[in-house]
Amino acid sequence: METIDNVRDVISLALILLGGLLAVAAGVGILRFPDVLSRMHAATKPQNLGLFSILIAVGLQHPTPAVITSLVLIVGFQVLTSPVAAHMVGRAAYRAKAFPKDQLMVDELAERIEAIEARERDSSDRGGAEAEADAGADRAAQRAAEDEADRIS
Amino acid sequence: MDIVILIAGVLLSIAAACAVWRIIKGPTVLDRVVATDMLLGTLMCGLGVEMVVNAHTETLPVLIVLVLFSVLGSVSVSRFIATSGGKGDR
Repeated sequence: METIDNVRDVISLALILLGGLLAVAAGVGILRFPDVLSRMHAATKPQNLGLFSILIAVGLQHPTPAVITSLVLIVGFQVLTSPVAAHMVGRAAYRAKAFPKDQLMVDELAERIEAIEARERDSSDRGGAEAEADAGADRAAQRAAEDEADRIS
Repeated sequence: MDIVILIAGVLLSIAAACAVWRIIKGPTVLDRVVATDMLLGTLMCGLGVEMVVNAHTETLPVLIVLVLFSVLGSVSVSRFIATSGGKGDR
């Protein structure tokens, strides 16, 4: 029994050390990386893994159903909510142009925004040339295109 | 045992200090948001370490509440920046 307790303690301490090291990695990354997107990359991943390892250490120390359930809840909510926050922050960073664009290998969002803007230009040109009869339909189409542009970017 | 706990505390403190430094320095609002998120994560790690060290589980509800509400800050600030159309450097 005592040896099992010792093994559990050692594993817990190792997990706590791992969590601390990952937290320091996140701190160094957030200090040293140059722009918002890379700082997000540095901050979130080690942070989540470090939190999970420390929570596993807590569960090893108190292996009761109530504690394990709470820990599963914490891990589940963290996994559910951190992508939402990362998505929103990344989108805002894209809109604020808070990163060097020439370092992107692929920029699919720019292609889509360009396509939508081209379509908007087309529809407004046609609206000026043709009769007023389909000005209403044009306006509706343009509104839809603007909505889509808002939604995507 | 004690020395490992001390090392873990020092490591978490360094991480928190890095996050605070990034919050102070900026340069954009989004950097501060990311750093605040990270500071909160470090705080949660510290609460977990404290639970292991002092052999209790009384701060588990605090952790649940923190993990549920940590997302609100980043999302609301990002929404605000996205809709205001600002450059994100104020």
